[in-house]
Amino acid sequence: MRKVPDNRAWWLVLPVLLLVAFSALVPLMTVVNYSVQDIFGPGNAYYVGTEWFRDVLRDERLQASLLRQFGFSAAVLAIEIPLGIGIALMMPKGGIRASLCLILLAIPLLIPWNVVGTIWQIFARGDIGLFGWGLNQLGFNYNYTGDPVDAWLTVLLMDVWHWTPLVALLCYSGLRAIPEAFYQAAEIDRASRWAVFRYIQLPRLKNVLVIAVLLRFMDSFMIYTEPFVLTGGGPGSSTTFLSQTLTTMAVGQFDLGRAAAFSLVYFLIVLLVSWLFFTAITHMDKER
Amino acid sequence: MAIRERSRSKGLGITVFIILLLTPIYWLLNMSFKTNREILSGLTLWPQNFTFDNYVVIFTDSSWYSGYINSMTYVLMNMTITLTVALPAAYAFSRYRFLGDKHLFFWLLSNRMAPPAVFLLPFFQLYSSIGLFDTHIAVALAHCLFNVPLAVWILEGFMSGVPREYDEMAYIDGYSFPRFFVKIFMPMIRSGIGVTAFFIFMFSWVELLLARTLTSVDAQPIAAIMTRTIGASGIDWGVLSAAGVLTILPGVLVVWFVRNHVARGFALGRV
Amino acid sequence: MAEIALTAMAHSYEKEPAGPEDYAIRQLDHVWEKGGAYALLGPSGCGKSTMLNIISGLLAPSEGQVLFDGKPVNHLSPRERNIAQVFQFPVVYDSMTVFDNLAFPLRNSGLPKAKIRERVNEIAEVLELEPLLHRKARNLTADEKQKVSMGRGLVREDVSAILFDEPLTVIDPQLKWKLRRKLKQIHEQFDITMIYVTHDQLEASTFADRIAVMYEGRIVQFGTPTELFENPNHTFVGFFIGSPGMNLIDVTRCPGGVQFGNTRFPLSEGVMKRLAETGSDNLRLGIRPEFIELTEPNPDSCPAIVEDVEDLGTYQILTAQLEGQGLKVRLSEDIQVERKQVVHLHFPARWLKLYVDEFLVEASP
Repeated sequence: MRKVPDNRAWWLVLPVLLLVAFSALVPLMTVVNYSVQDIFGPGNAYYVGTEWFRDVLRDERLQASLLRQFGFSAAVLAIEIPLGIGIALMMPKGGIRASLCLILLAIPLLIPWNVVGTIWQIFARGDIGLFGWGLNQLGFNYNYTGDPVDAWLTVLLMDVWHWTPLVALLCYSGLRAIPEAFYQAAEIDRASRWAVFRYIQLPRLKNVLVIAVLLRFMDSFMIYTEPFVLTGGGPGSSTTFLSQTLTTMAVGQFDLGRAAAFSLVYFLIVLLVSWLFFTAITHMDKER
Repeated sequence: MAIRERSRSKGLGITVFIILLLTPIYWLLNMSFKTNREILSGLTLWPQNFTFDNYVVIFTDSSWYSGYINSMTYVLMNMTITLTVALPAAYAFSRYRFLGDKHLFFWLLSNRMAPPAVFLLPFFQLYSSIGLFDTHIAVALAHCLFNVPLAVWILEGFMSGVPREYDEMAYIDGYSFPRFFVKIFMPMIRSGIGVTAFFIFMFSWVELLLARTLTSVDAQPIAAIMTRTIGASGIDWGVLSAAGVLTILPGVLVVWFVRNHVARGFALGRV
Repeated sequence: MAEIALTAMAHSYEKEPAGPEDYAIRQLDHVWEKGGAYALLGPSGCGKSTMLNIISGLLAPSEGQVLFDGKPVNHLSPRERNIAQVFQFPVVYDSMTVFDNLAFPLRNSGLPKAKIRERVNEIAEVLELEPLLHRKARNLTADEKQKVSMGRGLVREDVSAILFDEPLTVIDPQLKWKLRRKLKQIHEQFDITMIYVTHDQLEASTFADRIAVMYEGRIVQFGTPTELFENPNHTFVGFFIGSPGMNLIDVTRCPGGVQFGNTRFPLSEGVMKRLAETGSDNLRLGIRPEFIELTEPNPDSCPAIVEDVEDLGTYQILTAQLEGQGLKVRLSEDIQVERKQVVHLHFPARWLKLYVDEFLVEASP
């Protein structure tokens, strides 16, 4: 789109600017402020410089939680992106069946996150849940409240259940935007199913895949409510991810300085990794 | 021939996936129509003693149903605020180049990347200090943190699809900017606005962490009230399931209205 | 290379066609011979693209059969039919280079690398794409893209046929002419069956040896450009081919011929005999503007008033009124005619064509 230079446009973005400044900038300043002070109570704080930051970066509990978080996000992306593409490829191209598929796929996305946790809390239980009961009937010794590996896998499965539809819907809209002529040309050119995917569909899915990868990375990296309801972070700390560690620290232990420093590190990691993904994907395209 | 076989296996694949997707939800529905005694006495695939009791509990107890009203209230407030500020801003981003436009846009989007947990404590203090703690508007404003950037992003995508010539035509015909925007421009991107409203609804409705932190009694969302089912006698599974089912319904209702645009919406109007 | 035959073939996009109007292609039989250069000519919506897609296999006909060298191929995909097709709007795989685009059909057929390179270079040379070979297809102009599209159609040597669906629509006129010549050369060089869909008669006649004219889902005439011009089988062919098209006059029967107003046109005995066999009163007489002559007044000539003269450079087009009937006459540049002037028209009997129910009536041989 041809854009006209006009600085009066600032008036149009001013409300957004003020609103977001109020709800993001002010709190962020508070966090920055806390991160460099030791606070014992109102009016009783000392400037401590970068001490909290050094403290946070050395904290083994946090490092473990960060590692778990990266492992989880990597697993989420590795499963949900290919699966989502696959689902999108299988969806009907139009008509009432496509609408029905869209609506049914969208349902998990519209469930409050704690209810997602509740659903799986019930569904995966060995006594009253179909999933847990079924696994036990099949001879697996499955117990997500007792076994760390089971718990971790259940949280992962829950996330796949919850968010793969988002990836599928994104890819579906990308696929629908490919003109029929490309498929006809490929058919004429005797392209195999794989060649159609590799050379026609995948290149044209690139834009939506960037969005899908970024959204899934960011949201899986910030996951809190679902595992909190499902496992409470346990057993042990096997499903305690970054947000929960942070919330416990800030609200539970009221360890403000450390929590603030941790918050900033956390935020920077999300920004940094998102930026890395973004440039990697767009750069890759320029190279070839 | 080969094509037909392939489309049949595709149909089978998608059907299996959707069945798997719906099974946990079915299980919740199944539980919501059971008595607690039946739930705890063993696994049954469908309710043996079909009962509405769990729903009756929710609809007759004001501390339960007020949770739904609270959630709805702040979601609608958030929707109104977000659309009001995001529409002109998205228009500015889609039509004009101005000092710092790109930086501003990326700064806005970076807020979508902020973990809500980071803002938990400062939000709590901020809203407490200005006396908004435990009000609907506090949650509505807090949710603007991630909804406004998203709305600007989606709307900008849809608006960029409308050629500039329409704007210029309207000015030539003597329309003032506000009149043009409301009478001509907004109707043209109404599917985009619908989809945006859907996303705002969705993200505000499903969020719990901020909503729970910023409320205690008066504005408590349904999601937070659900934790109450854990009583002295253990968890009341039936009522918990019924409450869960009732949180799914508004979403299904909303997605039905935008079903034809939802695919494009999920790509943020950028396909 | 193959001979392509359509037998009792018809196609409707409706699930249950109610009448002939529901058919995009009405039942027809047709044979495209091996190695011919054909054009499929007709206005938009006449079913020519449908026909092309049925031949290539992108579309399965609802009735009848498609035969390649006598073998039914209805249920075979384009891949199995081994056919190439170039579409109206350029389709390039924009993540690939031009070279990869051209190589794509060959790689899919599993040709050895050296052979692919040789073939791609050959086609790139013919289409003058060599300087672009290593550019990304995405950054090409519309006509460069269309050349790549055509290149992908031409690059395979072993195809049954190459189909072109108005391939030059997006190309500017200069290049259009050049590419048309190129296609003709390629046809002469490789001797492949080619079917070229177009709505432009000039394009059709420069490319094809024989032209099939389609109208309302039917092939109304199949012949050389000269045949179509001199002996249109159907009023539509008369009207569509030539510029301006054939003059068509509604006439009624009279002894020894047909008439309109007070003007009588005698017809040969053979034609009269055929006319007597039909009961229809839907009679039209056709004559091409090129064949009407201006003469001195004589008993056989008809006086007409000149309404308009259009000078088109090398020739002029006269619009004349003959008893209220407008007629176009094509004259050479050197004849002086004024508006409102009375001219005397002569209709040579051998160029007068009689159409009953829109189809030509000829004396039985």
